[in-house]
Amino acid sequence: MNKKLILPGFTVAVILLFTVRLLQLQIVSTVYDKLSMGNAVVTRTLYPERGFMYDRNGHLLVANQPAYDLMVIPEQIEAFDTLELTSLLEISKGQLMTKLREIKKYSTKLPSVIIGQINKQQHAYLQEKIWKYPGFFLQPKSQRAYFTEAAANLFGYVSEVNQNDLKKDNYYAMGELIGRQGIEKYYEKYLRGEKGKAFFQKDKFNRIIGDFEAGSQNISVKQAQDLQLTIDIELQEYGEALLKNKRGGIVAIEPHSGELLALVTAPSFTPELLVGRERSKNFKTLVQDTIAKPLFDRGLQAQYAPGSPFKTLNALIALQEKVIDPNAKVTCNKGHFYARGAFMECKCTIGTKNNLLRGIYKSCNTYFSNTYRQIIEAYPTPQEGITRWNKHLKSFGLGNYLGYDLPIGQPGYIPDADFYNRVYGQKGWKAPTIISNAIGQGEILTTPIQMANFTAAIANRGFFITPHLVRSISNTPDAIEYQKKWTTIDRENFEPVIEGMFNVVERGTARIARIKGIDVCGKTGTVENFIQLNGEKTQLTDHSIFIAFAPKEDPKIALAVFVENGRWGARWAAPIASLMIEKYLTRTVQRSWLENRMLNGSLASEYEKPLLGVPFEINE
Amino acid sequence: MNNTLFLRIDWITLGLYAALVYIGFINIYSATYDENAAFWNLTNPITKQLLFGITGLLGGILLLYVNGKFFEQFAWYFYGLGILLLCGLFLLGKIVSGARSWYGIGGVSLQPSEFMKIAMALLIARILSEFQTNLKSWRQLIKFGVLIAIPMLLIVLQPDPGSALVFTAFTFVLFREGLNIRILYFILSLLGLFLGAILWDTPVMTSIVVLFLSGFYFLLKRLKFQPSLVIFLLIGLIATGFVFTSNYIFNNLFEQRHRDRFNLVLGKTVDNQGIGYNTNQSIIAIGSGGFTGKGFLQGSQTKGNFVPEQHTDYIFSTIGEEWGFLGSFVTLLLFGGLIIRIIVQSEKQSNTFHRSFGYGVASLLFFHFFINVGMALGIVPTIGIPLPFISYGGSSLMAFTFLIFIYLNLDANRLNSY
Repeated sequence: MNKKLILPGFTVAVILLFTVRLLQLQIVSTVYDKLSMGNAVVTRTLYPERGFMYDRNGHLLVANQPAYDLMVIPEQIEAFDTLELTSLLEISKGQLMTKLREIKKYSTKLPSVIIGQINKQQHAYLQEKIWKYPGFFLQPKSQRAYFTEAAANLFGYVSEVNQNDLKKDNYYAMGELIGRQGIEKYYEKYLRGEKGKAFFQKDKFNRIIGDFEAGSQNISVKQAQDLQLTIDIELQEYGEALLKNKRGGIVAIEPHSGELLALVTAPSFTPELLVGRERSKNFKTLVQDTIAKPLFDRGLQAQYAPGSPFKTLNALIALQEKVIDPNAKVTCNKGHFYARGAFMECKCTIGTKNNLLRGIYKSCNTYFSNTYRQIIEAYPTPQEGITRWNKHLKSFGLGNYLGYDLPIGQPGYIPDADFYNRVYGQKGWKAPTIISNAIGQGEILTTPIQMANFTAAIANRGFFITPHLVRSISNTPDAIEYQKKWTTIDRENFEPVIEGMFNVVERGTARIARIKGIDVCGKTGTVENFIQLNGEKTQLTDHSIFIAFAPKEDPKIALAVFVENGRWGARWAAPIASLMIEKYLTRTVQRSWLENRMLNGSLASEYEKPLLGVPFEINE
Repeated sequence: MNNTLFLRIDWITLGLYAALVYIGFINIYSATYDENAAFWNLTNPITKQLLFGITGLLGGILLLYVNGKFFEQFAWYFYGLGILLLCGLFLLGKIVSGARSWYGIGGVSLQPSEFMKIAMALLIARILSEFQTNLKSWRQLIKFGVLIAIPMLLIVLQPDPGSALVFTAFTFVLFREGLNIRILYFILSLLGLFLGAILWDTPVMTSIVVLFLSGFYFLLKRLKFQPSLVIFLLIGLIATGFVFTSNYIFNNLFEQRHRDRFNLVLGKTVDNQGIGYNTNQSIIAIGSGGFTGKGFLQGSQTKGNFVPEQHTDYIFSTIGEEWGFLGSFVTLLLFGGLIIRIIVQSEKQSNTFHRSFGYGVASLLFFHFFINVGMALGIVPTIGIPLPFISYGGSSLMAFTFLIFIYLNLDANRLNSY
């Protein structure tokens, strides 16, 4: 090697070596950017305030309130007055010490929550004294505040995300809140807004020394949106009061818009219970109440046989299929034999002759058995007949999920040809076999909201709009849009049925539901029901059902009321429906005698019966 | 003479020098940036560095007007003065971070080991230029060895082993002036064997040596070179012995911290929190710079003070982070350009003193550059020496400025020397 080239050679070689290394570090590898970010940048998540909820008249229902987490940085703790702190926090010394030990295991330098969601009152005390406890501090957080004690079932609630949520949606991070049921869940994306991020430069001691890149990388928060609900909170509260000490549901719909005016389930709970420090304890109590099932929304999830109100639908189908003449009379002899040796009872006296109108307002089982037979037998095979029938019913939103804006629900059930073929065999059944369907018993299942919905469809003379709970979303005017859904029944066929329902209230089974000055149309129902008790099918007192809409012309409200074991339709459901209508249409209730009877009436003794372990009477 | 000096001066070298000093100021400013500190305040490092820079420049300009003969004739006196100053440290020295390497005069600290480099470069050039000097003679070699070893020893005792190691750079001058090139191969082989001995277990390394030598032997034989088997056996024996010795030295005589530094660079251990922290943070800073860097005063690693000693030994990480690949590469080119320019100019010198001094400057620059940047890039073990012109440190900046200006003087007077 030329001696003159030694040093230049080394120099060139080293520069090449360094260049390759620089290329490798700065151009090829991508890990260092992240390492540097993790190293020198603190990311703070910025949370928008959760959206509010208002009722249809603009009353504020759900907002937020500050709650406080008591935080601790273990390495900063000095000797403190344990007794005072534990009494302030209402916990035992043992609990405090255990908690502190756990926290220390996690980190002695980083702040941890020692007690979460301290309420306003405790916070006021603590704030005064907190300076005495170095290492402890209060960190404000936001939690839900409710301005009503009602509607817990439709609001749903908010709680911290769990592992499942984290897996499903990578928007969320540990410790964040998510809507857990009801509107909070269904409209989560609007209510939560979009969280933002702020980046700060930190130094090697993890101290924040300013904005990172002057905040240019920050992601700003997208404000949450407020919801206006379709609920009339006064009506909702009134409905909950009426169902006090009863079990059941009320679903009230504004027919021409499909807006839910009230969605009541009983028993229920106040939304306040699922907020704050006691949340999980309260929730557990509610879950564990497997008898009253307060978390079970009876308006949406309870599937009952619809009973007599279903007769209105059979009448509509028969008219549409032109298998009955509204004026033709059917004789009822306290019932009739629908097959050899098979008798269906009816409340009519012997020799009663009913046309459609009387059939409806007298709720004549014989009339509707005949009607149903005509429907099924209008076709060569019962299979074709029932398929036709099934199709009409499906057009009313029965037998399937309605598609309303809440995350829970049940489809109900409308039997079809396949079902009976499976049960009885291809040739094993005819109209009399399935005659219970005529009067809304048998295999049919509906939920109260489905019943309220078909009532709205009758009120509208032929269409319904999917029931829903949210009227508008602030800043997103087009989010809520529903189309009319037409039933398969022609408009003119509704009038005779509506006339019948009007007569039910005027002079039929639900005269108690009459309201002076308002034409109410309705239909009572009394539904037999059974439970398994000690392995035996045991009949319980009948359910009380009522569907109604009013006023008859230009209906403003349609509703279904269901009172479990209320014995017969006119006893509980009809008066409650009537009071709801009066309340909604006139804002006051004149009939205080009826109101008091409903508000104070209790079915507690009825619900106790199967639990007492002794034989009991029903429908007494 | 004024005008002619102006014309004869090596403007390229001066330009490269100015560019590097400018890069130094920019990056020291960023690495020590504190928005609350007043700029004109002597506790502010950048202010101090600027003052040192100006002082150095003034001194340098004075040096341009000194007759080149003066440096040659007084080389021994400079050397003696340097040795005295180094010895004086043991009595009067100020201890900074464990090393007694500084004189504190008023508010400023001066580091004699930096200035010793100038004296050493002058003395070596002086001796090499003497007529009777013959690098083939063992006596002469020992003389060089002793002269270089004295300041090294004094500096090691401070203790500042990094600065001491710099003096080995002068071997490049000796090779240029006739030291047997085989010695270089020998040193490189030993270095290779040493690193191999650390990196692999002794039996593995021994097998590698045996395989390599026998392969080489049979290759030569095939090519009809008729190699001597005895010599090969001897080399093999010595190499194996060295591997064993290296292993012993490394494991028994080295201190743990030295072992750690080697192990880290060789990738034998990964430790990003303890000993490896500095290098790791430096690599993160450089790596996160990307192609164009994060911009002046925008380096998050730099702002957060994550790289220890960033304005001194790890200044290159600031360049890497804030100016990216472009800035780093330009810096590499400037250094390479400066070193090679000085060598090329020195080769034109017929005067051995002038040439050897230029070579000495280039060797020192190269050594500092290689060790310092290599350390910041994680390919050279941690050895704390500054990056010339760029690292914070008044003595270093002044000493290198003087070296450059003496070189400029000698270069400008190339034709005057006889």
